[in-house]
Amino acid sequence: MAMELDAAQNPNPNPDPPISAYYQTRADHHAVVSSDWLAHAAAAASSVTDTDADAAPPPSPGGNGGGVIEEFNMWRRKPEAAEAVAAIMALTAVIRSSRATTMMELEIELKKASDKLKSWDATSISLSAACDLFMRFVTRTSHLEHEKFDAAKSRLIERGEKFGEISLKARKTIAMLSQDFILDGCTMLVHGYSRVVLEILKLAASNRKLFRVLCTEGRPDRTGLRMSNEIAALGIPVKVLIDSAVAYSMDEIDMIFVGADGVVESGGIINMMGTYQIALVAHSMNKPLYVAAESYKFARLYPLDQKDMTPAHRPIDFGVPVPAGVEIETSARDYTPPQYLTLLLTDLGVLTPSVVSDELIQLYL
Amino acid sequence: MDLRRPPRSTSGGVEPKIRQVGFVTPDVSGPSELPAVAALQPGPAAGSPPASDLSPGSLSPVMIPPPRHADHLSPGSPSPPASEAILASSAPQPSSMRFDAASELAEDDSRSMAPSAGELETNKGDLADTQNEGAPVSQKQKPSKAERRAIQEAQRAAKAAAKEAGLSGKSTGAPSGANPAVSKQAKSAKASQKKDVPPAANTVASEKKVTERLPERDRKKDAPHPRMQFDDVHRVEKAKKRAIVNQSEARNRVELFRHLPQYVHGTQLPDLESKFFQLEPIHPSVYKVGLQYLSGEVSGGNGRCIAMLLSFREAIKDYSTPPNKTLSRDLTAKISSYVSFFIECRPLSISMGNAIRFLKNRIAKLPLTLSESEAKASLQSDIDRFINEKIVVADQVIVSHAITKVRDGDVLLTYGSSSVVEMILDHAHELGRKFRVIVVDSRPKLEGQGLLRRLVAKGINCTYTHINAVSYIMHEVTRVFLGASSILSNGTVYSRVGTASVAMVAHALGIPVLVCCEAYKFHERVQLDSICANELGDPDVISKVPGRADLDHLKNWTDKENLQLLNLTYDATPSDYVSMIITDYGMLPPTSVPVIVREYRKEQLWV
Repeated sequence: MAMELDAAQNPNPNPDPPISAYYQTRADHHAVVSSDWLAHAAAAASSVTDTDADAAPPPSPGGNGGGVIEEFNMWRRKPEAAEAVAAIMALTAVIRSSRATTMMELEIELKKASDKLKSWDATSISLSAACDLFMRFVTRTSHLEHEKFDAAKSRLIERGEKFGEISLKARKTIAMLSQDFILDGCTMLVHGYSRVVLEILKLAASNRKLFRVLCTEGRPDRTGLRMSNEIAALGIPVKVLIDSAVAYSMDEIDMIFVGADGVVESGGIINMMGTYQIALVAHSMNKPLYVAAESYKFARLYPLDQKDMTPAHRPIDFGVPVPAGVEIETSARDYTPPQYLTLLLTDLGVLTPSVVSDELIQLYL
Repeated sequence: MDLRRPPRSTSGGVEPKIRQVGFVTPDVSGPSELPAVAALQPGPAAGSPPASDLSPGSLSPVMIPPPRHADHLSPGSPSPPASEAILASSAPQPSSMRFDAASELAEDDSRSMAPSAGELETNKGDLADTQNEGAPVSQKQKPSKAERRAIQEAQRAAKAAAKEAGLSGKSTGAPSGANPAVSKQAKSAKASQKKDVPPAANTVASEKKVTERLPERDRKKDAPHPRMQFDDVHRVEKAKKRAIVNQSEARNRVELFRHLPQYVHGTQLPDLESKFFQLEPIHPSVYKVGLQYLSGEVSGGNGRCIAMLLSFREAIKDYSTPPNKTLSRDLTAKISSYVSFFIECRPLSISMGNAIRFLKNRIAKLPLTLSESEAKASLQSDIDRFINEKIVVADQVIVSHAITKVRDGDVLLTYGSSSVVEMILDHAHELGRKFRVIVVDSRPKLEGQGLLRRLVAKGINCTYTHINAVSYIMHEVTRVFLGASSILSNGTVYSRVGTASVAMVAHALGIPVLVCCEAYKFHERVQLDSICANELGDPDVISKVPGRADLDHLKNWTDKENLQLLNLTYDATPSDYVSMIITDYGMLPPTSVPVIVREYRKEQLWV
């Protein structure tokens, strides 16, 4: 609300209005990312890790929060790392550096750290989902073990690291599962800059499949241009469409791949603005829509309509000053109900949307 | 055992609620028996000669039966043993008796009705053969049938002249022309046969079946019975002796709903009240709750379930094991008898059925080492825990989930009066959310008026309308909150009649429909329409509008043969119209109900 008032008063809405930090991160990443840079960055980050771990501030009962955020930021800056994975790594580090002597204390510390992370960006669904998942993981472990605290703690650390590993590997798993869906000679549409989808395309290209990709421009995130850059680097023929041209091109499209910011309990997804539109067009023209999402993105949310989510805003630059008194819709994401999704490709397997709730129930109840 | 429905006949039997269409080949012990039987009993077994070609027990498509022979029952000695052999191999006694009666009816009706009807009757005759195997009693009918045919023919002719015959009319109203002596003799012979039925059958089951079958007796003289009816007088009398609630005739039944117990409760209340102190076997608190069901004082899934459980709790408290009996078995039998009493007052709701299953489970799981007082105390605490966890606390959890979906400026629509939805609205109001409520109501129960009064008393902004205006009012609505009597495995919501219409209109306008239901009400059965299982209410309330004595066009509706009034209590809302189900396990899509049933049942084992 406040943001839109600002936009009304300022002819040039500037990035001062509260931007969802989640999208800010991605903007930072995506502004300069290229494949080469990725490699450099990864190398640099790994060397940074060692020094950072040593320099982690000594934890005090109340000061853990700050440590978590720093740790989190450190992991997050790796362009390859998903935010959720970074959170999990950070929480594992909290356990590692914790000075608690009982399980209860440890759990309380973790809870505080987790809340701190979640509040850092209230709009990121995968972040809060991953935090919840990790907490759940931990509490389940702690209830089952009756051993000494140290043994339990090291077990927790081990579990946490394994969780982080699985999450990192999730993309590879999903890429492998998706290969069956990409046939030679097919045309696919991608929307949004999803690293999972990119992984899928990489694997398909390396398997020497022949296909071509249509890529939406993806305003305001400018994802289309970046994505097409990446895809072209893989040697796959790519064509960029403006967002309005999706229905126009839907005839020649065989399938659509999108990622997800979060997968909700109904089986629907929350993803970059424009996904719902594409899903509706695809549904009416009977084209399958595949969502590639890691399992830690399953969240216990249940939006009933588009406005039922925590709003996340992006500044939109139209290139020309917007007249005063004109509002701009700046929401960065939308909700696609499950009936428009064909399949979810996750590291748990290829699932139908109704299975998401099943998984969540099994995990949380 | 699911007590909400009469127990299935175990083997070879037909589920009572299924309409029999076509011929069922007899399930015989040996193929050589068949031709003998067929030759000797072409009447009831009219379909069997062609049917014997098919594998035993298979349902063959409708076949044209060979013409009936007048002298088919030259009662020779081979006939009874042969039929006895065939009849000896069927299992269920109640259904055997039922089809037994039907086979007689088949014979009667075949005389007076059109051949097409006769086909149905012979069909039932086949079924009689199938089902009668194993009842050592039935074969004695063969000789008496031959005797009584003439009498019954005359009786039927006389009955055809009467407008309505009471149940007892068949026996007492034997009109002129019938030989009372012979008929009485025949009927007493039948009565003795009936009494010969081994008591192995679950008496509760047969009692339940009887009381349910009784009111379904056809009033329309010419319409063929689509189902097996208990027209036999002795059966009726026996059931009447057993039944605590007097079952009187129901009139003008709707064809499509004849498989459901017809509404006969209207006149029972004074009768039962007078019997209050006379009924030894029924505990007074159980009796009281039964009366409350009859009068409609206690209604609503949660209310009825809680009342029932509390009455059981009292009964258990006052219970003492008779000598030479184990507590668990005797108590289970007692509870079953209480349950059948409740069913006589008003058919069980699904919530009640689940609670009864839980209680029986707990009784069965009592360790044998417990003393009687310990066992009783444990059961009472189990009941308290069930009520607390599954209903009271569950409601609180549901409210806490649902409150996240109520925003400022919302217009919430609700239908009828659901206890959970009322709690949600109260809580939202307490939290200071700004919203208004539209209460949609419908005749004849007008349950929404009570809800409206209570909401307005709390200061909530309300609008009230009837269901005919639901499509008009739906444009203003942002969310629809509905309660449910139960949610079935395929996500179908089984709730007060009218709910489906409200959900459908909301769906058509893209308005989210939120169904709030505690998890203990979930059930694993699947229902595709509102017809196969439902509850029929009193048709008389439809014919009258309270406060409008001038609207009496339907005053004499029972006199009109072509007019039937239908008062359904429940309907089934398909899962497509439901956006979300809110339970104590959280907010779920309708597709996740079987998951909860699976997990919930598992949990019950450890409860």
